[in-house]
Amino acid sequence: MSDQPLLEAEGVSHTYPGGQLGCADVGFTLYPGEVLGIVGESGSGKSTLLSCLSGALPPSRGSVRFDVRGQGMRDVFALSEPERRLLMRTDWGIVHQNPRDGLRMSVSAGGNVGERLMAVGARHYGDIREQALDWLDRVEIDADRVDHQPRTFSGGMQQRTQIARILVSQPRLVFMDEPTGGLDVSVQARLLDLLRGLVRDLGVAAVVVTHDLAVVRLLSDRLMVMRQGRVVEAGLTDQVLDDPQHPYSQLLVSSVLQA
Amino acid sequence: MSAAPEEKEAAGSGAQFHSIDGVYNFAYLDEQTKRMIRRALLKAVAIPGYQVPFGGREMPVAYGWGTGGMQVTASILGVDDVLKVIDQGADDTTNAVSIRRFFNRTAGVPVTEATDEATVIQTRHRIPEKALREDQVIVYQVPMPEPLRKLEPRETETRKMHAFAEYGLMQVKLYEDISRHGEITTTYDYPVEVNARYMMAPSPIPKFDNPKMHAMPALQLFGAGREKRIYAIPPYTKVRSLDFDDYPFAPQEFDEPCALCDAKGVFLDEVILDDKGDHMFVCSDSDHCRDRRAEGHVGDRAGEAADKGYGAEI
Repeated sequence: MSDQPLLEAEGVSHTYPGGQLGCADVGFTLYPGEVLGIVGESGSGKSTLLSCLSGALPPSRGSVRFDVRGQGMRDVFALSEPERRLLMRTDWGIVHQNPRDGLRMSVSAGGNVGERLMAVGARHYGDIREQALDWLDRVEIDADRVDHQPRTFSGGMQQRTQIARILVSQPRLVFMDEPTGGLDVSVQARLLDLLRGLVRDLGVAAVVVTHDLAVVRLLSDRLMVMRQGRVVEAGLTDQVLDDPQHPYSQLLVSSVLQA
Repeated sequence: MSAAPEEKEAAGSGAQFHSIDGVYNFAYLDEQTKRMIRRALLKAVAIPGYQVPFGGREMPVAYGWGTGGMQVTASILGVDDVLKVIDQGADDTTNAVSIRRFFNRTAGVPVTEATDEATVIQTRHRIPEKALREDQVIVYQVPMPEPLRKLEPRETETRKMHAFAEYGLMQVKLYEDISRHGEITTTYDYPVEVNARYMMAPSPIPKFDNPKMHAMPALQLFGAGREKRIYAIPPYTKVRSLDFDDYPFAPQEFDEPCALCDAKGVFLDEVILDDKGDHMFVCSDSDHCRDRRAEGHVGDRAGEAADKGYGAEI
């Protein structure tokens, strides 16, 4: 891992109009290739934080800086809109909980995967198709489904297509919002296995938001536990899960059924 | 006592009111509206391919019948102009006849069917076969000005895509064509890039006509009435049809020449001749076909078609 941080969050706070607290005073540093898990119950501010980090929602206070290629650390919200949109389809990726938010349902799987390539100027059909097939293969989707629309896919396949669509541009940072939500347990396990392999192979850094402790156990290097908009505990994943210090973390860990 | 006659006089001799038939203002629209549309046109010419919003007016025909094109034509028409109206290449179909009659009545301008006599040509679905000149203006009727609309339904988003020149999505449409059919099957309203910047819908002309838009000496204006957008291509502007490096753009090609005038390299329409499957291909541009026949060109079935009464009037 490099010494140069990839993403730095400092005192990120967001209060919704009406005074409702989204998240408060969250700070961390993410290095290239590192996976950070954020866990907490519903309403703990996980998704608000993710929106702030991924440039979708300007925080009320605090700053988010990203190591933009060739420019060094830049404040994400000081980037111009076209710069931020360019980041979004090159170095960044967002895996949505609902694949419908991340896929074009009426465009074939191959077209979905190829879109990011075409967005940055790829104009050779054969090359685009080859890369799309390669990526669909890596997420275990058969080559004969490449021309099918994601609407004909199962939930797990849709989620995998979404992941292929993002990873094809070789991003350096991926935001995942409940990547396994809505999938049954066996499909979840396979998806996690796949994600872990891909993240390790590609050295992609990731911020994974979930309420599922199994997901962070498998995927993340470090963990932040959030409650009522604040980080109550942070540390190495195994450390936090095996020896939770904060009463809320203890409750969270102990409430998982031991198989 | 003196107030009433003064008012009457002001209304009758107003400098703004210039009527041909005593009922409507010159070319139907009032002068303020025409000025507003001309301002939009100037902006459109200054930014080739950019869709300029304008305050579209109700016209006395239904949306989809060329209300956008008619408003543009009304705004640029002068007393010295000669108007030609094309519908699917022909001068004698309903849309063409009624729009021509409309301007003949409200503007009193001479109308013609001959491409080279016209100074303003309003068209639906075709560009004439005869090359246009610098002293001519072609006005296209546009049903859907946004080329990205079918792929991205949000107007806020497509505006940003144009602003930041993010046109990868248009390529996705062509990708889908090739993956499904093995070739680019978009044959009309084929997206173009204007002046190496804006993505533009060329209106539903066949892609056969796309190359004619490139570096055309005539000014090209586009009016979309329902969507209330105007855009333009100034003379001699670069217009490139989108494609892939390994699937280059190719206009339609026809195996046989026109059955009436033997023309090759023109856009042909299929005409059904009877209920036994007999058919022939003839020029879509009726003026071009008539000219060629007058010059003595004879197609395979010219005599036979004349016997059956087809093409007799043209």
